[in-house]
Amino acid sequence: MNPTLKKGGRGDLSCLFPVLLLITFFFQPSTVIAAEWSGRFSAEGRLFWNDAIHPGQREQQASIVAQPEYYHAWEKSSFTAVPFFRLDSADAERTHLDIREFFFLWYPGAFDMGIGIRKVFWGVTESQHLVDIINQTDLVEFPDGEEKLGQPMINLSILRDWGTLDFFLLPYFRERTFPGRKGRLRNALVIDPDQARFESGAKQHRLDAAIRYAKTLGDWDLAFSHFQGTGREPTFLLGSDASGNPVLIPFYEQIGQTGLELQGVADAWLWKLEAIHRSGQGQSFEAWTGGFEYTFTGLFETQMDLGVISEWLHDTRGHRATTPFEDDLMFGLRLAINDMASTELLIGIIQDLDQASRVFSIEGKRRITDHWKLELEGNVFMQQTANSLFYDLRDDDFLQLSLSYYF
Amino acid sequence: MNRLIFFLLSLAFLPIVSFAQSPEEKGLEIAKEVNRRDDGFHDYSAELTMTLRNKQGEESTRIIRNSTLEVPGDGDKSLIIFENPKDVKGTAFLSFTHKVENDDQWLFLPALKRVKRINSSNKSGSFMGSEFAYEDITSQEVEKFTYRWIKDDLLDGKTAFLVERDPVDPNSGYTRQEVWYDQKEYIPLKIVFYDRKNALLKTLTYTDYKQYLGQYWRADRMEMLNHQTGKSSTLSWKNYQFKTGLSDQDFNKNSLKRAR
Repeated sequence: MNPTLKKGGRGDLSCLFPVLLLITFFFQPSTVIAAEWSGRFSAEGRLFWNDAIHPGQREQQASIVAQPEYYHAWEKSSFTAVPFFRLDSADAERTHLDIREFFFLWYPGAFDMGIGIRKVFWGVTESQHLVDIINQTDLVEFPDGEEKLGQPMINLSILRDWGTLDFFLLPYFRERTFPGRKGRLRNALVIDPDQARFESGAKQHRLDAAIRYAKTLGDWDLAFSHFQGTGREPTFLLGSDASGNPVLIPFYEQIGQTGLELQGVADAWLWKLEAIHRSGQGQSFEAWTGGFEYTFTGLFETQMDLGVISEWLHDTRGHRATTPFEDDLMFGLRLAINDMASTELLIGIIQDLDQASRVFSIEGKRRITDHWKLELEGNVFMQQTANSLFYDLRDDDFLQLSLSYYF
Repeated sequence: MNRLIFFLLSLAFLPIVSFAQSPEEKGLEIAKEVNRRDDGFHDYSAELTMTLRNKQGEESTRIIRNSTLEVPGDGDKSLIIFENPKDVKGTAFLSFTHKVENDDQWLFLPALKRVKRINSSNKSGSFMGSEFAYEDITSQEVEKFTYRWIKDDLLDGKTAFLVERDPVDPNSGYTRQEVWYDQKEYIPLKIVFYDRKNALLKTLTYTDYKQYLGQYWRADRMEMLNHQTGKSSTLSWKNYQFKTGLSDQDFNKNSLKRAR
């Protein structure tokens, strides 16, 4: 059996299916409002212009993606299913199957109740997403970590005049994905997820929980959250694989993380702050991202909009931080052409404030027809010194072009 | 005697004096009447097809669904859901318009499941790449403009009030607008927009009006022509449904996230 597909099966979620079908059956409301298929197929090519430096790595990489979506709605409830599959030419770890969404949602009015596999996003900033913790990062997808794995959950969301209160029970833990031996954009030492260790004896089956309170106060959006459970971001232990090669083994601690999200709007300004306090991963620490986005609407008397973004990223662990952004400044430009093709371009740079290292990123997209779309993404890792967490990626500068068919 | 004549003369002029309105007062009165006649619709939903056309005649189509809730004493709450092009399907836009303060706006991006706050100064920005600006499609509250009646006019055989209205908000993309209101039904027939330099920018024409619930008039077709670029956009509305039982619970960040 293909070891990768087995790995995709690691998040064994199949036990949830009968439960969901049962729920769907019991709530079976009378009127079907919508039942539809949509989704996308994509073909992607990555161009690396420097030679690979780690043993076993393939030079180039191409892949295809399928992400269909089924949606069924009744009067006050809905069912959504989104399977995801990627087939990669180079990296067996990147060839993977996931269930992004498979959930039943009931929304009688005063509350929303969701049961099943879902994706939930928390946060306001652009350069990184500190507070966002419900879903595990699907890191093989893209190094920025914005792609997430589906998370099994029971979510109750209560809507009142005083705000929105969300409760989450997270009964199964999803492990982070990492590029394999043949893949680019990996550490010098391969990460071996099959040997993953957990602080909790219940391993992936420990019940995690989270709560979030959100409120809009005029021009301000505010949210407080707390997560208690298995940390989504692992630390690494040195080990060896079956053939005796040194590998890194992910270790998932039990953590508590309190988060703050704050966003204010004042004319063309958006002010943003995300902050966390995390305990359980060594010494407790705080980290924050704060900054602004200023938008020039109708640039040079055209239909174009230009956003100027700047954020400060800080982590009180300093050089012991597990993220590369212990003290960095991000500067970005977002250009929306507002043409028929909805052309958009986002360029950004994150500069380390204590050393020379910086990361440049580019994201562009343009619609070709109602169904076809072209996207360009890329990263350049500049001036990476040996103590930078991006050092192992120093020769992995790349551009990725993808063509997608949406239906 | 002279005093008596003066007194009678004053009496004779009195009605004229008291009824004479300044053009500003008359303009405001017309705007208030337009608003009053549309009061009490409570909520409505509709499907829209927006066709964008460039100078060369190339076309592109967007399909969206809109639902709007009337908020007594304030602006409206409205939810716009994108259906086509397919890559933006599920994207949704929530806005709370206010009479005086800035509008509140949020955008839901389905790929990331992210709700983003949108700054309120984008009102002059293009809505989905069309010739419609956000401020053209959000609710037209009386307080958002100052008014001046210019004259009574004839437009396509209909008697109309021609009223100039100037946006109060400095973030507006316009110095002024000329609006022709139908004198019988108090509904807009045509709006001519002048840009920040007071140059002719766009013309919006409302056609195919239909009346709903015996009171509320809605145009099935809104045609916006940009005189400076030669580009145009058409909004075609269909399946208008009024008083469908929508409430505040259908217009919040949770409903934005599950909107389809």
